[in-house]
Amino acid sequence: MKKVLKPLIAVIVLALIPWVGITYGKLDYVFAIVIPYAAAAILILGLLFRLVDWLRRPVPFRIPTTCGQEKSLDWVKPNPLESPSNPFMAAVRVLSEVLLFRSLFRNTKAELSGGPRLVYGSHKWLWLGGLAFHWSMLIIVIRHARFFLETLPMPIELLETADRFLDVTVPALYLTDGLALAAITFLVLRRLSDEKMRLLSLSTDYFPLFLFGAIATIGISMRYVTKVNVMPVKALALTLAHFGFDAPEPIGALFYVHLFLVCVLLAYVPFSKLVHMGGIFLSPTRNLPNNSRAKRHVNPWNPDIKFRTYAEYEDEFREKMKKAGIPVEKQ
Amino acid sequence: MSNKYAIKPDELRKEFEQKKPRLLKGDFAGKDWWDLPVEFRDGNWCFPAKPEVLEELHFANPRKWAATDKDWQLPAGWEKTIRDGMKDRLKRFRSFKVFMDSCVRCGACADKCHFFLGTGDPKNMPVLRAELVRSVYRNDFTTFAKILKNFSGSRALTADVIKEWHMYFHQCTECRRCSVFCPMGIDTAEITMMVRELLNLIGVNNNWILAPAANCNRTGNHLGIEPHTFEQNIMSLVDDIEDVTGVRVNPTFNRKGAEILFITPSGDVFGDPGVYTMMGYLLLFHHIGLDYTISTYASEGGNFGMFTSNEMMKKINAKMYHEAKRLGVKWILGGECGHMWRLVHQYMNTMNGPADFLKEPVSPITGTKFTNAKATRMVHIAEFTADLIKHGKLKLDPKRNDHLRTTFHDSCNVARGMGMFEEPRYVLNKVCNVFHEMPENTIREQTFCCGSGSGLNAEEFMDIRMRGGFPRANAVAHVREKHKVDSLVTICAIDRASLPALMRYWNPGVTVYGLHELVGNALIMQGEKKRTEDLRENPMAGFEEDEDDE
Repeated sequence: MKKVLKPLIAVIVLALIPWVGITYGKLDYVFAIVIPYAAAAILILGLLFRLVDWLRRPVPFRIPTTCGQEKSLDWVKPNPLESPSNPFMAAVRVLSEVLLFRSLFRNTKAELSGGPRLVYGSHKWLWLGGLAFHWSMLIIVIRHARFFLETLPMPIELLETADRFLDVTVPALYLTDGLALAAITFLVLRRLSDEKMRLLSLSTDYFPLFLFGAIATIGISMRYVTKVNVMPVKALALTLAHFGFDAPEPIGALFYVHLFLVCVLLAYVPFSKLVHMGGIFLSPTRNLPNNSRAKRHVNPWNPDIKFRTYAEYEDEFREKMKKAGIPVEKQ
Repeated sequence: MSNKYAIKPDELRKEFEQKKPRLLKGDFAGKDWWDLPVEFRDGNWCFPAKPEVLEELHFANPRKWAATDKDWQLPAGWEKTIRDGMKDRLKRFRSFKVFMDSCVRCGACADKCHFFLGTGDPKNMPVLRAELVRSVYRNDFTTFAKILKNFSGSRALTADVIKEWHMYFHQCTECRRCSVFCPMGIDTAEITMMVRELLNLIGVNNNWILAPAANCNRTGNHLGIEPHTFEQNIMSLVDDIEDVTGVRVNPTFNRKGAEILFITPSGDVFGDPGVYTMMGYLLLFHHIGLDYTISTYASEGGNFGMFTSNEMMKKINAKMYHEAKRLGVKWILGGECGHMWRLVHQYMNTMNGPADFLKEPVSPITGTKFTNAKATRMVHIAEFTADLIKHGKLKLDPKRNDHLRTTFHDSCNVARGMGMFEEPRYVLNKVCNVFHEMPENTIREQTFCCGSGSGLNAEEFMDIRMRGGFPRANAVAHVREKHKVDSLVTICAIDRASLPALMRYWNPGVTVYGLHELVGNALIMQGEKKRTEDLRENPMAGFEEDEDDE
């Protein structure tokens, strides 16, 4: 349980820092201006560094995992998505992973039944939970554009309206708020409830989940419960969007807890498993076409290897070969 | 089946019965994986390479040792060797680096590994197998994780870690099943290949891999068969073919100017039941009058360098193109094999190409251009035969396989490292009348490994092999009960070597066949005698000696 408690305590301590800092230290400027800029810089520079660091490493071999029929004889029906024969379809394959979690959709659950007998059931909960989590997070982030922009562009406006269509609370309930919380809860519970997941999970798996959970909970409570005054928040967001350094008007400590945890998350991304958001595009088992027999793939560091040549082989076995009537080069 | 390296099937059945529906074996409440001990015992480790084998290959640290020894006699400064080796490979392989960085431990892979399903050992969950390395990577190669040592699950590189790597990266057959399900596309086979390279740098190794690699380097094939014996063995198969069919086939060896060089795993030349597959090839080539030759120098399709290091793999593979060039053939035809085909498909041309001295492969019988192989210029026999059948070039009597009720085992490498699913099924359905697929979660891209691939087919490794092969055997048992299937057809030499033992253990009565053995049974040869027996000299159903009213 230490693996779970440590990150939980870490998130609570992190949440207390801005609360103390604002309430007792009057450090509004630090938490409103300094830390957000620093976090954004770490995120952008960190991710850029990671990306460059990956890209400068070569891909010596073409190693797609083929999950469908390759393109071969004319009359054999190929599977262009799971065994792409050109870069375009390989890109589609990667996008199907990024946008729809294609491989996770295949997920099955194996169990031993009597006999002994292995049975495999379809198991799409992880796919569904993961998809709900990632997509609602994305939509929530996009929705936040209303704080950073003077006028909201039409597509974001539409997205917001769609997200709000369940008009049951005041202010109107965002669907994604509920979805995100539900998905995070599911993702934590599945790590805790299954013995395999308990064994393989690390503190660094729980930490981001707790962090996301805290950020979402505080964000939601500001909107529906404490009803934070939005005007100074919007003013601060606009200042940040215009790279300004004006001191903010007073905003409640709760808002700064939200903002600070978001900053922690941004700064945490490049150094943690959250870089999978970039890694997924670069996975050689997914982003390469399965055409290595039709088109030569070049390895930039292909080593020179001395192998045993035919001549050396024949030198050792010539007499035996001659006796057996196998043709030889030298008599 | 009794073997001192494996417990009895009934005991293993009982073990599964007791823990069901759980997959894990043992109680892990409150435990962390890095605290679990590594225990070597009979049946779960392969003998290390003999000193003379290492000397022949110029590999590190030749000595006499065993995995059960307390002290493995690692060379001085081995920590630095491993760290430098890791750094070097992280630099050369983007795959390795990305796979170290982007796992989210979602656990989708956990119950996909045949070794995990069979052993219930948590460290056989692919995610934990990778974490065995990732934990060291985080400690030595990432500053942030190092600061938060405990938090991030990183740990120091110790001799115990090496023992753990040796155990679990030799309980991975590089079958890539986990990578099918991974949302990040992480491929444990790639990680296993890296770790086995690293282990070889300090002399932690497997004789069942390195001895064949050394043999292959010297004589051209895994068993170390010299050219005259190689030729004699094939000629004795020619005699056997004549006994059964009355037809004398005429293979040639090292013949310059042949149109096609045929390369197949040496298991097809020497191993039972691989030899019957070889007889099938020979009959097929005779049937269509193919202008081909077999090389005694490049007499091995398999490549155990693939389970050793990239350099060793390239060194052994180089012989194929070298020989094709010397003999002046137009293109290469490859026999039924698993890892050979992952290598030919995904590595050969990159490593030893370009093959511009060869011609783009065209079937001399049908005129079909194999455009999918136009650069590597090597065609898979199942592609070749499927094309022949499609064009009606083979005279076949599928009734000659009526004594067999078949199912098809997709070999991991051909399935997930090449993507060939339809051709062998097409051929099989044309040469036999009874065919039933195993359940969909166990075939095609989701196929289960035989449990003995990637150089783990050693006798002394029987316990893990029988456990690792359990998911495959279980799927065979399913079609056996449902459809009375008694014949398991494969297109892989390791399968042909390992599945018979697995079937004897789990499904006695099921026999293992190569695809082209069934082709050979079904071929109506010109000038043949009345056929009553298949290539194994077993009676065919409906072709008994006295029944003339066929």
